[in-house]
This record gives sequence, C-alpha cells and structure tokens, in this order.
Amino acid sequence: MYAQEVKSTGKGVKSLDEMDPQERAFQERIDADIKIEPKEWMPDGYRKTLIRQISQHAHSEIVGQLPEGNWITRAPTLDRKAILLAKVQDEAGHGLYLYCAAETLGVSRDQMTEDLLSGKAKYSSIFNYPTLTWADIGAIGWLVDGAAIMNQVPIQRCSFGPYSRAMIRVCKEESFHQRQGYDIMIKLANGTNAQKEMAQDALNRWWHPSLMMFGPPDDQSVHSAQSMAWKIKMNTNDELRQKFVDETVPQAEYLGLTVPDPDLKWNEERGHYDFGELDWNEFYEVIKGNGPCNRERLEARQRAWTDGAWFREGLVAHAEKRASRVAAE
Amino acid sequence: MDDNSVHELALRMGDNCLILGQGLSAWCGHAPALEEDIALANIALDLIGQTKHWLGLAADLSSEKKTADDLAFLRDVREFKNCLLVEQSNGDYGNTLMRQFLFDAWHYPVLEALVKSSDKRIADIAEKSIKEVTYHLERSTDLVIRLGDGSAESNKRMQGALNRLWRYTGELTEPDSIDDALADSGIAPDLGEIRKKHTQYLAAALREAMLTIPDGEQMQSGGKRGLHTEGFGYLLGEMQVLQRSNPGAKW
Repeated sequence: MYAQEVKSTGKGVKSLDEMDPQERAFQERIDADIKIEPKEWMPDGYRKTLIRQISQHAHSEIVGQLPEGNWITRAPTLDRKAILLAKVQDEAGHGLYLYCAAETLGVSRDQMTEDLLSGKAKYSSIFNYPTLTWADIGAIGWLVDGAAIMNQVPIQRCSFGPYSRAMIRVCKEESFHQRQGYDIMIKLANGTNAQKEMAQDALNRWWHPSLMMFGPPDDQSVHSAQSMAWKIKMNTNDELRQKFVDETVPQAEYLGLTVPDPDLKWNEERGHYDFGELDWNEFYEVIKGNGPCNRERLEARQRAWTDGAWFREGLVAHAEKRASRVAAE
Repeated sequence: MDDNSVHELALRMGDNCLILGQGLSAWCGHAPALEEDIALANIALDLIGQTKHWLGLAADLSSEKKTADDLAFLRDVREFKNCLLVEQSNGDYGNTLMRQFLFDAWHYPVLEALVKSSDKRIADIAEKSIKEVTYHLERSTDLVIRLGDGSAESNKRMQGALNRLWRYTGELTEPDSIDDALADSGIAPDLGEIRKKHTQYLAAALREAMLTIPDGEQMQSGGKRGLHTEGFGYLLGEMQVLQRSNPGAKW
C-alpha cells in the first residue's frame, strides 16, 4: 500500500502476561478500541512503527503528485485539466495532514523531508512507474486510488487518533479520485479504437504493480503481526489484495477490458477470484530503488527542495527583519 | 454594440486565464514548499474555472458551432488573444511569482470594473471571478514584498524577474479600437483608468518590496493581435497534443 513494508520492532508479539503494567494497560486500551492520543504513554516500538508508516504514507502522497502532474499540462479538455489539478492538490493536502499527524509523535517535517530526499525513507512502489499515456491517468485513479481506498478505509479505525482522523478525511477525497479515474476509463473504453487500445494498454501495465501495492504475501510479511496487534494495520496484505481483485475484475469487465492474467478465474468454492503469482522480484527491486522511475522521482523532489532553498530562506530573512523592526519600535 | 466585440473581450479574458493557468499547473510537485504546491494548484484551478466561463461565452457568441474546449485546444498561435506576460515561461519560482503579481494587479481592477459591465453575461463572470482574484492578488503581493525585502539572494532574484517581465506590462492597458468601443458602450472599463490603478498599485507594492521598476524599458505588445513570443507555440503544442492527435475523440 502507500506504506508497504513498514519495519516494526522485529520481535514477536508479546502476550499481555509478558508485558509490564504500563504496556499492558496500553495494550488493553487498544484491545478495547480506545484511541491512543499523542501525549499518552506508548511503547517506543509503537511510536517508531507509526512514524515510519505515517511518513511513508505522506511521502507517497507527495511523490504521487509527480506521475499525475506529468499529464496536467496535457489533459485533453478544460474539465479534465481542472479535475486533475484538484486531485493532485488534494494529494498534496493529504501529504500535509499526514506529516502533521506524524509530527504529533515527535518527528519534525524537516527531518521527514530529509529522510525522503536522502533515500532513507520509502514511499509506495507504485509511483516509480511511468505515466506514458492519458489512459494511465485513468488507470491510476481507478486502480491505484482504488487500492489505496481498500487499505485506508480500515485504517480509519486504527488505534492512533491523529492517523485515524486523517484517514477519515483522506478517504472521502480518495473515493472521488477513484470515480474520476474510472470515468476517464469509461470514456476511453467507449471511444475510438486508438482510445480503447490506450485503455487496455494502461490496464496491462498498471494491473500487476497495483496488486503489489498491498505489499508482500502474508507468509513473507514479517512485520505484520505486531502492527495488527497494535491495530495500526487492520487486515493482512493478502486479504486486501483478494478484496481488491474481487471488486475490480467486474469493473474491468464492464469496461470491456481484459485483465492481463491468464490464471484469473472465478473460484465458486472459495467465492473469490483466483489469480496468478506476482513477480515479487520486481517488487523488491522497485522498493530497493531500481524501478523505472525511482531515480527521476527522487531527483525531482531533490531539485524542488534545492532550487527552492532561496525562497524559503528569503521568507525567513523577511520574518527576522520584520521582528527586529517591531522590536526597535 | 455588436457581439463581435464582446466575443473578442471574452476571448482575451479567457485566453489570459487559460495560458497563465497552464503555466502554473506545470509546477505541480515541483514547488519549493508543500504549501506552495497546494497554493499554485489552487490558483491554476481557479484560472481554469474562469477560462471555462470566458471561453464558454466566446463559444456561444461565435458564428460557428463551437465549445470552450474547441477554442482552447484547436486554435493556433495567431488566433490566441492573451497578453504576452502570461505566456512567458515559468523560469524560477521568483519569476513565476512576479509574473503572477504583475498580472493579478491588472486582473483585479479589470474585474472590479467588469462586475459593473452593462453586459450582464460579462458582469456575471466577473462577479464569480473577483473573489478568487482578490485572494490571488493578496497572496502574490504578500510574497513579492516578503521576498523582495527578504535575503540578498531573494531580492536579487525578484529584481531579476521584474527586470525581465516589466516590458510586458504596458500592453495590459494599451487600448485598441475594440477596447475603445467596449469602453464607450459601458461593457468594459476605459483602460486609461485601469492603467492609473495598475501603475499606482505596482509602484506602492514594489517600493515596499525594495524593488526598483526598470527605467526606460521599451514595452512589447502584440498579444491582442495574436502576435506572440516564440515560446508560445511550444506551450500550445504541449497543451493541445491529445486533441490534435485524436481528431474528433471524446475525453
């Protein structure tokens, strides 16, 4: 997902009996679905894991502006341009409130920015794929935002108050994003032959990376158990991936598009779609920085930050001048 | 008053909004702070919204059956009527802000006058736009002042941007026969009056920003006649690519 491989404490999940009284009280509140607020005591591991998770999510929103921003200047109609602008603006806004949520845990936005720019912090693998045609903008809204919603709706109920509240706001906007993406796909799928081909090609390229957004299979997902005990992860990766496939395949059928998976078929017994193995090697390569656009994305963010240094410093210099003038009066 | 002049006014206003909005939208994800990414996208969004109104009116008044999208995506360089200022490349963030400031300081008094236009269609669009543009002007003025009167580096960049862009400000208030006819019939303001307001506003804000208006610059003009600068064709090429390469397709 937007936070795909969040390292947790690395230790197994403790039982209540193994915890000291403070930790036990904390876990009991979580078990009773009482929200944890920033000023309350929390285990270091909970704090650290949440900082990683929320900041990865925030970074994903920020980097996610780039592949879509790539098409704002080429959007084919005034309405499409306005809708895409609004969407990318929403994403920057999501980044902002997620950074604020992370800051309540005692990390500064500057520190998080530094970690993103140095390559230390991660962001979702999905944004390291290129947007080659207009249909990619439709596919991102439909599939990528669709997958994001699938993950974020349960996080609205997560144990950490600020994150939970941020997700409630984010989810409202994400469902609008998904609809606009699907609406682009409907237009293309009912358009000229060239538009239909564009739509199919986008589905072919975005399907597998979208499924990988949910993170590695459960048997390889080493950090999940603790996060689930803390209720900062509400479902397993495979559960969410299955739910996404089940909901999305009929949408592709409605569009008259073919999901690029020869193994995809309805399993009557399970009541779910079966689908083919994903190329997890590709996933780990992209996470490591070797995806098609990792370098460009990071460089774009570094350039924005470096080229904008004079702007930020100029504003600070002005504020200082003004303060000293006030002091002199 | 014939509708041809109103049509022309709508095109000029709409093209200004469209081309400036197009430039701003290229900043998405590349601005110097997250808040700036959000603000620029917001302003671009306002301008694209205003474009839809103005070009929608122009399309309604055109003799052929056209839409706002046809006007935005299927006209060529010589048919665009925006001023030269808005088509100047983004440059650095200081250049983008200065371009915005010089334009907003003109856009605001023009809309303020158009709200009282004798043509209700024009007055309605101006009414919708002016709230947004009030904010645009407040924001760009504030930033120009803070950066002009900021660090030595920010002052240098803002002064450089002013020096580069100043020569495109004269055209904004240089009337042609259409402007004269529109002013005579109370549809649009006398540009002489707008010039006074524009000049006064710029002078006061730039003084506060510790910036100097360049002396003796030869003003450039031509936008209203479709005589643009060289970079403009590239801007249109990018903006219009999908409509041009897929004739008749619906999006």
